[in-house]
Amino acid sequence: MRVLCTFSPVCEAMMGVDFWRRLQQSRAMPHDHPDHDHPHSLLPSDPALRVKALETILTQKGLVDPAALDEIIDTYENRIGPRNGAQVVARAWADPAFKAALLKDADPVLADLGFYGRQGEHMVVVENTDTLHNMVVCTLCSCYPWPLLGIPPGWYKSDAYRARAVREPRKVLAEFGVTLPAECAVRVWDSTAEIRYLVLPQRPPGTDGWDEAALMDLVSRDSMIGCGLAVTP
Amino acid sequence: MTRPHDMGGRFGDGAVVPEAEDIIFHADWHPRALALTLACGSLGLWNIDVSRHAREALAPKDYARFAYYEKWIAALADMLVETGALTAAELESAQGQGSSDLAEKRLTASNVAAVLAKGSPADRTNATPPRFGPGDSVRLRAMAENTTVNGGHTRLPAYAAGAVGRIVRLHGTHVLPDSNAHRLGEAPEPLYAVALQAADIWAHPEHPRDEVILDLWDSYLSPA
Repeated sequence: MRVLCTFSPVCEAMMGVDFWRRLQQSRAMPHDHPDHDHPHSLLPSDPALRVKALETILTQKGLVDPAALDEIIDTYENRIGPRNGAQVVARAWADPAFKAALLKDADPVLADLGFYGRQGEHMVVVENTDTLHNMVVCTLCSCYPWPLLGIPPGWYKSDAYRARAVREPRKVLAEFGVTLPAECAVRVWDSTAEIRYLVLPQRPPGTDGWDEAALMDLVSRDSMIGCGLAVTP
Repeated sequence: MTRPHDMGGRFGDGAVVPEAEDIIFHADWHPRALALTLACGSLGLWNIDVSRHAREALAPKDYARFAYYEKWIAALADMLVETGALTAAELESAQGQGSSDLAEKRLTASNVAAVLAKGSPADRTNATPPRFGPGDSVRLRAMAENTTVNGGHTRLPAYAAGAVGRIVRLHGTHVLPDSNAHRLGEAPEPLYAVALQAADIWAHPEHPRDEVILDLWDSYLSPA
């Protein structure tokens, strides 16, 4: 008998029949939240308490090392972020051979710089020009090139961005203060597979002869998602 | 029919709110939720497609009201019980009972950098040659559904289903999420970037030359 889930065929596809048997056996009393049929509803409803409870259980079982969690957080708070991508963009602006190789086959070029890893296994770099503006979204979840840009910003993961970037990219760009000329087409890349996209923004005018370190400061995170332009000095 | 995650093109979500670059997380529990999910991934109990489907299979009401990392935590709890790593009783009591057989697979702090750097490539060598090349015209599957598992995972968004586009890039051969999400094997297929004209998918396109490009597997496509 499966009485717990309004989605039972789906849950069965996801979880298997054994799951339902175990869940039924584990609870003597009927569930009192008819809208919450998945195991997660057994955790506290407050999200901070949910996370704490899960971490406690997993640590007690020996499945999670809290020090490893600290290390993961430190990695994405302090070591892996959009300055990595900015370094790549600045070098592409400064070095035509590097740029050509990057646009042709990004993975080996990025691996040479040490920018490889989780959520950046298959990179494609797309170049903005006077007549083409590239913009990246993941309408189905939140796919994003972590090794180059870090953890995606809140707006990238928001329903508004996921829903609208494909249908009205120019209106979305306007909300970032960007207005494109009529002769410039927009290409929105919806990251539906494991390919991760980085936008190579246009080099701002007035930067001839600048070195890579100076150029890097002009490269915003948003410009590498295609929701901004590089800063014009 | 589709699921609540498939929101490309939807109306009514309001403005996109830009954010400063130095804001990474919005609450103390967000980084913890992220790290827990990544650490548990190292136990080897699921793949990325299973975990995506677990988030998508949240009840639509929960999907809509949960914050981003709440979806992660809910899906994580569901997968941990589904795979037998935890029991429902442990979740309910918020107490772990005894040590897990999987404890030897636990991600240690000293291994974090190596695990994150290693990644999890989705490309595979496969003898199946691509059916299409750049410039070819293709029609996307009419139904944004998993054709094997009813209600199952797919990466074909509803807004693109049934449209005609053109191949702009070959990505090699990649694991098929529609199969891998249900532990039916990796079933690798050629993967293509396919360009759709905005005017072919939206009633009110913003510009005649705008395009949307999606990455789509061979079995999502037919010659057009």
